[in-house]
Amino acid sequence: MAQFLQVLLSGLATGSIYALAAVGFSLVWQAAQAVNFAQGEFVMLPAFLVLIGEHWLHWPLWAALLFGFALSILLLGLAFKRLIVQPFGPDGGLPLVIATMALSILLKEAVKTFYGAEAEPFPSLIPNGDFHIGGAVISVRDVLNLAAALAVVMLLTLFLDRTKTGRQMQAAAQNPGVAEILGIDVARMTLYAFLLNAALAAVASFLITPVYLAKFSNGESLGLVAFIAAIIGGFNRIRGALVGGLLIGVLDNLTATYVTLSYRAALPLVLLIAVILWRPQGLLGDAEARIV
Amino acid sequence: MRAHREAIAVAVVVAALIVAPLGQGNYIAYLLCSWLMLAIAAMGLNLTLGYAGRISLAQASFIGIGAYATSIVTLAHYPWVLGMAVGVVLCFLVGLLLGFPALRVRGHYLAFVTLAFNSLFFLVARNEDWLTGGTYGLSGMPRPRIGPVSTSGQLAFYYFTLAVALLAALVLRLIVRSPWGRAFKALRENEVRAESLGLDVRRLTLLAFAIGSAYGGLAGAIEAPLVQYIDPGSFDVVQSLSLLLMVVVGGLGEFWGPVLGSAVAVLLPEALRVTAAYYLMLYAIAVILLMTRCPGGLIGLARRIAARPARRRGAAVS
Repeated sequence: MAQFLQVLLSGLATGSIYALAAVGFSLVWQAAQAVNFAQGEFVMLPAFLVLIGEHWLHWPLWAALLFGFALSILLLGLAFKRLIVQPFGPDGGLPLVIATMALSILLKEAVKTFYGAEAEPFPSLIPNGDFHIGGAVISVRDVLNLAAALAVVMLLTLFLDRTKTGRQMQAAAQNPGVAEILGIDVARMTLYAFLLNAALAAVASFLITPVYLAKFSNGESLGLVAFIAAIIGGFNRIRGALVGGLLIGVLDNLTATYVTLSYRAALPLVLLIAVILWRPQGLLGDAEARIV
Repeated sequence: MRAHREAIAVAVVVAALIVAPLGQGNYIAYLLCSWLMLAIAAMGLNLTLGYAGRISLAQASFIGIGAYATSIVTLAHYPWVLGMAVGVVLCFLVGLLLGFPALRVRGHYLAFVTLAFNSLFFLVARNEDWLTGGTYGLSGMPRPRIGPVSTSGQLAFYYFTLAVALLAALVLRLIVRSPWGRAFKALRENEVRAESLGLDVRRLTLLAFAIGSAYGGLAGAIEAPLVQYIDPGSFDVVQSLSLLLMVVVGGLGEFWGPVLGSAVAVLLPEALRVTAAYYLMLYAIAVILLMTRCPGGLIGLARRIAARPARRRGAAVS
């Protein structure tokens, strides 16, 4: 029982970070019908931007984090939208998908060439330590990671549901034509979705990299997991992406502990294939409605 | 007229390919072999994606199935032809299975289903040591013998690869030119109309996947004796991605597109003498630019440039 609790909690902690990437993924998908195959690299890169601030510019950690965050939003939000997605017009289709695949190669190779191919330790923002509850060893990092990720998703949901800008974003995503007539600046709302995605990716990066070390290839599995989480939850729901992320995190950990270690990576893949074949709208999604 | 010109171009290129490695040393022959091998795999992917319009990020896993099948059979001292046949048939069947999701989902969903399949293949290849040698892989595959002739020399193996590639291209040409091939294109352009014209969309989609995958298997049957060492890492998702880029860079649905695309990916970095990392970055940027400016790939670009003076001439007449 104690072990189960431990496994469950650390699964939720990783899953909540997957969820951040998955939520960003769905935001961009809804706002611009763009499936970002570089999403995993979007989570890989911000950690390296922080490392650049720390090791190359010799800044203190807080300044490096700020630098990494700001540069991520600029590069992965603004530049990604302007330089990669926008030239394709409203319906990018396959060429856009290919372009984001090329982007993932570009980001990976750039980090590998200019920073290094070795895994780098990344400063943890959270004190290491454990506390014991009835025999279970609970890591402080897991609890705080989970809390931070959940707080971010909750804030985002509040922003989208309760603020004027958030509601305008939803309108722009659901029906750009009508939103435009109602005086909503659709282009600006779309840009916000991209900026939010970049911010979510940066947060996910800062939370997950201390666990796995910073490596140029980190994005390869992360991107797939983020997409799987988004699909399983239902592409059109933020709550869906959250549930999908948590579910994968937990199931992954449970499989690794109780079923098979060598095939743990297979579970999300099988889950993805099953969901796409039998319930393409996702576990929580509706067939048609699109809600940011 | 046009077919005539193409036949001459093909003859010139084949002649060039026959003399290309002469007096060049083993490395050039090896490089040309890997190019032709990838070209075969890319041709198959072009049938699935370019002609039938179904994206697949699993082509590397089919090269893997072909390569493992060939390795296991030839390492057990059976002839290469048998290994190749086992690999190709296996790929055809598995491709048929993988085609079923394509009946239900499209676009990025299918991209991720096939990507998931490739990842699953990687896991199996890594974990089932008894069959695949696990992370250590398999090595020492013998080169095929054709009657009394051994292809163990690099040059001999190159001519063998060239012959296989030309044969594969010819067969694909026949498929694409047949009513079937036209049906594939109809499927890509407008599925509803294709169906209303009486085409069996289900069967065509499955066949496109199966034949495309079989070509991946054939490429694998070449790779095993070429490299003489295979491990799961050679067939991971990154490899599938790079094959997809080859097809798109060459020109989707263009018959010679994959041949050109794989040349850009394999031969050009050698010719330019740039290190792989810089080349990959430049390549990625070039792909992004190509996609925004000319989704038709390099052959599409060439067509556009060729069409331009004609238009100008037309304007001058009017």
